[in-house]
Amino acid sequence: MSADITKLPSANGQSVTGKDDWQPLRQYTRARIGLARSGNTLKTPDVLEFQAAHAQARDAVHTPLDVACMEQAMAGAPFLRVNSRAPDRSTYLRRPDFGRRLSEESRAALPKGAWDVVFVAADGLSSTATQQGAVPLFEAMRERLTDWQIAPLVVATQARVALGDEIAQTMGAGMVVVMIGERPGLSVADSMGVYLTYAPYVGCADSSRNCLSNIHPHGLSVQAAADKLAWLMREARHLKLTGVGLKDAAPESAAIGNVDRLS
Amino acid sequence: MPYEEDDVTRLIMDTHDKAAFARLAHMTVGQFRDWLLSHEADTATLSAVAPGITPEMAAAVSKVMRNQDLMAVARKIRVVTKFRNTIGLEGCLTSRLQPNHPTDDLKGIAASTLDGLLCGIGDAVIGINPATDSVANGLALLDMLDHARQQYDIPTQTCVLTHVTNTIEIMNRGGAVDLVFQSIAGTQKANEGFGVTLPILQEAYEAALSLKRGTVGQNVMYFETGQGAALSADAHHGLDQQTVEARAYAVARAYNPLLVNTVVGFIGPEYLYDGKQIIRAGLEDHFCAKLLGVPMGCDAATPTMPKPIRTTWTP
Repeated sequence: MSADITKLPSANGQSVTGKDDWQPLRQYTRARIGLARSGNTLKTPDVLEFQAAHAQARDAVHTPLDVACMEQAMAGAPFLRVNSRAPDRSTYLRRPDFGRRLSEESRAALPKGAWDVVFVAADGLSSTATQQGAVPLFEAMRERLTDWQIAPLVVATQARVALGDEIAQTMGAGMVVVMIGERPGLSVADSMGVYLTYAPYVGCADSSRNCLSNIHPHGLSVQAAADKLAWLMREARHLKLTGVGLKDAAPESAAIGNVDRLS
Repeated sequence: MPYEEDDVTRLIMDTHDKAAFARLAHMTVGQFRDWLLSHEADTATLSAVAPGITPEMAAAVSKVMRNQDLMAVARKIRVVTKFRNTIGLEGCLTSRLQPNHPTDDLKGIAASTLDGLLCGIGDAVIGINPATDSVANGLALLDMLDHARQQYDIPTQTCVLTHVTNTIEIMNRGGAVDLVFQSIAGTQKANEGFGVTLPILQEAYEAALSLKRGTVGQNVMYFETGQGAALSADAHHGLDQQTVEARAYAVARAYNPLLVNTVVGFIGPEYLYDGKQIIRAGLEDHFCAKLLGVPMGCDAATPTMPKPIRTTWTP
């Protein structure tokens, strides 16, 4: 009965004053909080917005990677182009095993070298994410790993994470970093994940990888991800492993892109 | 899946209750379906035979059952578990509040938690999929959730869904661990793909029990499973994805979990292609798990939840 009660957000998204009391809280999250209701379900604008987000997620899965655009972003730096054994999107979605192996032509065309690491930009389930984040992250890593022998960037289509194992094994690289579009969600359709594997080989276990996820404009920033990845890569080189044996203990300041978190 | 090569097979064989199995032993798969649907198979009877049912039996009979059959039998079965509240009573739906945030921002997580609580969500667990899978981050998130729970005296349990080895380390450091989370699967190789073995699960189980944080019960484990997990790790040994999924419930059953959740459809369209397949798989998983005596829930994406963060499957 106290006056303060009326200031609390109510479950139906509207306070007794008729104002949207959830607005102050929305600055902290992109989750759909405090949605208003029509009876026991949602208001029309929220339903339509939800359907639009779902459509965006579906589109992200089916949009092909714009390789020409990535080439432009590379500004003349050399890069390699490979495809998995999945010839098209519909096969890719149904046959994960094809997405993990290189096509014969791609494998034959890869060069060999004494590289410490190879970076792979893979379309995965959101080419938008890869197109947006992969080249900036690759550049950020080159700035941080000046003493490493880094292979030319490999751009891979119809690719899953494990495709990087065969790429690294074929090229003779000691470590692989796969930058891949994550399965789109209803708040974010352009999120990129990064998988680091030490001494990869075809058939190696997923538990031998380290993962950074949620790299996108509203999540982990490219620079913060690069700091953390560089820390993991140096630790991996030192410990000669990745995966569950390599615990993520990167300094907090380097790990988190959002300073608001500490406030 | 040979006994000599797979510890999940050994677990299934070694814990099989032959006395409970005796009343089913003479049946064909089709007769088993008829019996499950009969009035003779009431709640008490189904509880009594559960230890005699193997995952392979459950998966086999589900294949000759229509969706309505799966629902009719599953609704007869009660699997009741307890920690700070009681889950699984007839007519009571419980749900997990999942206040994830892409950078684990504590205020963002708090805002989503408030929203969920006001919608009546979170009596199963308030559980965060962390964006950063580190011990330090897990400690910070658990501390925040535990404070919120205690401050408002919320009758539920909290969890950070990090790798079981992280949770063991968090418990060693005195973190506020109510439930131990882990993704599990139906073969030894698939579990190894998750970086987990049965002895590690046992160690975590015993550590969580020793904390004695439950008030009305001591079901301290929270597992997630999902059709396609073994295949995605190339660890299915040629088994169909539903049978290998049911074998994961034998792993769960060994540790008396508070909750098991099939993340049906989460693993991607390559395993369950569309809504129709997802509904069927959800009903299969719910039926098979309850038949084996496992407290099974299904994930349901709601508009308030941000994207689940991938910590368990590699695309």
